[in-house]
Amino acid sequence: MAITPLTISGFTLTNALGQGNDATLSALQAGRSGLRHCDLDDIDLKTWIGRVEGIESTDLPDAFIDYDCRNNRLAYLALQQDNFLESVVRAISDYGADRIGIFMGTSTSGIAMTENAYLQQDSNGHLRGDYNPDKTHNVFSCTSFPRTLLGLRGPALAISTACSSSAKVFATAHRYISAGLCDAAVVGGVDSLCMTTLYGFSSLDLISTSPCRPWDVDRQGINIGEAAGFALLERTDAAPSGPRLLGYGESSDAYHMSTPHPEGSGAALAMRQALERSGITSKEIDYINLHGTATPANDLAEDMAVVACFGEQVSCSSTKGFIGHTLGAAGVTEAIISLLCLESGLIPQNLQTEKPDPALHANLSLATERRALNFTMTNSFGFGGNNCSLVFGQSQ
Amino acid sequence: MIDVSIESVGLIAPGLHGWKQSTPVLRGEAPFQPLPLPPLKPAMLKPNERRRTTQTIKLALEVSDDALSQRSKQPELLSVFASSNGDLDVINQICSALTLDDRPVSPTQFHNSVHNAPAGYWSIATGYQQVSTSIAGLEGTFAAGLLEAAVLTKTENKKVLLVAYDLPAPDPLREVITVNDTFAASLLISHKSESGDKLADLKLRLKPDLSESRMQHSLMEAKRVATPAARSLPLLEALALKRHASMCVPYLPDMKLSIECIPC
Repeated sequence: MAITPLTISGFTLTNALGQGNDATLSALQAGRSGLRHCDLDDIDLKTWIGRVEGIESTDLPDAFIDYDCRNNRLAYLALQQDNFLESVVRAISDYGADRIGIFMGTSTSGIAMTENAYLQQDSNGHLRGDYNPDKTHNVFSCTSFPRTLLGLRGPALAISTACSSSAKVFATAHRYISAGLCDAAVVGGVDSLCMTTLYGFSSLDLISTSPCRPWDVDRQGINIGEAAGFALLERTDAAPSGPRLLGYGESSDAYHMSTPHPEGSGAALAMRQALERSGITSKEIDYINLHGTATPANDLAEDMAVVACFGEQVSCSSTKGFIGHTLGAAGVTEAIISLLCLESGLIPQNLQTEKPDPALHANLSLATERRALNFTMTNSFGFGGNNCSLVFGQSQ
Repeated sequence: MIDVSIESVGLIAPGLHGWKQSTPVLRGEAPFQPLPLPPLKPAMLKPNERRRTTQTIKLALEVSDDALSQRSKQPELLSVFASSNGDLDVINQICSALTLDDRPVSPTQFHNSVHNAPAGYWSIATGYQQVSTSIAGLEGTFAAGLLEAAVLTKTENKKVLLVAYDLPAPDPLREVITVNDTFAASLLISHKSESGDKLADLKLRLKPDLSESRMQHSLMEAKRVATPAARSLPLLEALALKRHASMCVPYLPDMKLSIECIPC
């Protein structure tokens, strides 16, 4: 059954392509990747990363010093862009701070602080005492920091389902608004580069030593990126202007912890549910922003799921070749990319892919296309077989 | 206000091993003896899978089984997994490995480190392909999980299993993260309109300025504050006593979750 759409009345995205929506849009239009050789201190891996410039020189306000970590600095940096703070201030004056929820997703939050504390243990094995794990390392920090900074006093949740985390926040926000617990919601996701994910994915042999090539016959794996994105969701009667969240689908593979279902059955379930809730047919989707991580197994499973739901016509691309895989922030990152594509009539190219895998059949966009789009879908699939698909549409 | 029903309950903690065995203790009819738990062996995992999983995953699966085994098999089931800090043993092992020269992170530990690892194993073991959400909320984790599960039940009109679980922080994380006890509770939640056997109806409300409910029994109160998942104890006590009760559990720094429990 179709759900009641919500208006996305503000949104902002910061990633390796730069700070704010225009940086991402202009790089997508130009086909310019933000990936670079891994140049982080402490990381001795031959790979490419999607690193955000300016995090190290970002200072949190004095009152928020307990929250200081790479993840919250990235969140803070992102919140300064695209008049997002002004949008939230306006929403607070319209609804009251206690009627605005915040739902955020992350995979590793500020775990880099704990990594660092272990590296600096004293000779008795005690951790360095000057960090606050509840306000940095903990998954909930990703929610409590922006909630406190923005002055929101409504319901709040931190979702951590690996790489689907910040797609699911759109579904959760929709449900809380439907249930009457809030009138508007800030949703988003933040994940930042850390040793745990770089060495962890490396231990699973899922890291590519070159810029990632989704859907390529020679794809080798992922490049890890970092990103922060935020969106403001409101009922359409209160906020008539702005793109719409039309549908969401969430599912579980129930198959394997780190390998997708070989036929993408969970992924297909999420896409079908998202279509059903949006009240449109598969033929009406103009563009799918793929999860497209560029691991051999992930792309194969997603391809089968897309073809099962849509056939081989709908235009698809992965934008991981531009920004890398931003893990817990991938959902909101690619949701906002889908919104930018809707607004500007853009289908981004599937960057870096030279030889499309003949075993994959989705209609991959190898060159940038410009045409009006009415409906887009974005896919996010995570470890533990956790899947989420979202459908967005034009402002009515 | 969000209203939902409770169909069954699971509970695993030292001295409270299994809902059926624990109800006399929660009613005050049997002594509370917080003895260490025996090794966890969740029936839904095969022995070779058990070896690859962690104590946190085993605890979450075993407490899930406790609630589900009291009812016939559900044709479909949504889930919410709530833990204040996730798997601190795995985080400790990964962060320790990252201090060594070759950074020998174990691939199994890495995939077990995701916050939704217990949910992933649970869906593999049960075959449920429906929505599953894993959340964290520090001290307010139980309330956040209950509210999320109730909203899911209410808006999707389907049954939801809530699993809340925490294990103590190992050294050296114990110095900085205050989770001091093992505690896990699960609730099989259904829509208020659902017919069939129910233990109680719940009415949930967000309240800015109430003080949280405490346990009268001092050992139980010590347990309640030792672990975020144990903030569920006032509700579990009301469910065991089949008593109409209102209680308040911590949710956000500026907000509590008020729960009215009406036995069926």
